[in-house]
Amino acid sequence: MADKEGQQHPISIYLWIWGLLFVVSFFSYMVDYLNLQGTLRWTLILLFMFVKAGFIVAIFMHMQWERLALKLAILTPPIAIIVLIGLMALEGDYTFLTRIEFFGESDFVPQSPH
Amino acid sequence: MAEAVLAKPGDVLPAGTKGVVTDFSSDKQAFHVPWGKAMMWIFLLSDTFIFSCFLVSYMTVRMSAADPWPYPSEVFALSFGGDPIPLVLIAIMTFVLITSSGTMAMAVNMGYRKDRNKTFWLMVATAALGATFVGMQAFEWTKLIVDEGVRPWGNPMGAAQFGSSFFMITGFHGMHVSAGVIYLLVVAIRVKSGFYERRGGKYEIVEIAGLYWHFVDLVWVFIFAFFYLW
Repeated sequence: MADKEGQQHPISIYLWIWGLLFVVSFFSYMVDYLNLQGTLRWTLILLFMFVKAGFIVAIFMHMQWERLALKLAILTPPIAIIVLIGLMALEGDYTFLTRIEFFGESDFVPQSPH
Repeated sequence: MAEAVLAKPGDVLPAGTKGVVTDFSSDKQAFHVPWGKAMMWIFLLSDTFIFSCFLVSYMTVRMSAADPWPYPSEVFALSFGGDPIPLVLIAIMTFVLITSSGTMAMAVNMGYRKDRNKTFWLMVATAALGATFVGMQAFEWTKLIVDEGVRPWGNPMGAAQFGSSFFMITGFHGMHVSAGVIYLLVVAIRVKSGFYERRGGKYEIVEIAGLYWHFVDLVWVFIFAFFYLW
């Protein structure tokens, strides 16, 4: 599809995706507004985040219509970030436990912002 | 020995995995898109890694903080006379940015239709929405610094690392939006003035500017999820 004329697609598809992004953003705001907590909260946050990111990259950035070589060149390198997340999660956990071990539990009393 | 594959304009390129092999092993050009577009994608890939580093370091300091992390839902609540509404300004900013992504997608489409006037006005609308976003961000920063006493080295509501993460991540994103507004206006004015008509009437530059703008929106999706909602 990536021809010499560039990316030309019907306007209706953009309007559809635009509308869907609004709806999904509204849902992700509702996660906070309804004060959902725990596993349900972060599952929904991640789900809505990836749906929105997918729509933006696939349709608005036209990745869906690009050739496989470009798709692979751009979309596969970020997988390396998963490794970084894993390593830094281990590191953060270790730092936290070390702080508790040497300084004890926090006695910080948070103030309300309002 | 297979014959050398040199893609000529008008050639039908093979699809699927065979296409990947022929693209990457071709003599002149691996990506059959305008070079500016390929370069923008590669820039955006590097930018992805920069923002990922910020978000991952935010995760690390948040995990390792012994003090409780300030609850973003309360920190970013805003009151319009009555009870504070959680995260309301951030929600409005999200919708403004999505709207601007929509107008940008339309501008790209109008650009390829060579409707210069509509392309110009849609890009100006996109830039205006982007400027609105930056304005609301400035308001949010002011509120946090002046009213709530958040500093890069501490704050009254919880872990000291909250401020530095917040200013770094949203500041870098805001800088991207500001740069994008300028970029869009430059391209919009050139579309209007007929600059690209004199250069062969190609409007892929609008799509390339659009890629950058959609990327800024994409980064906000991740910041919204990880910083404000988590």
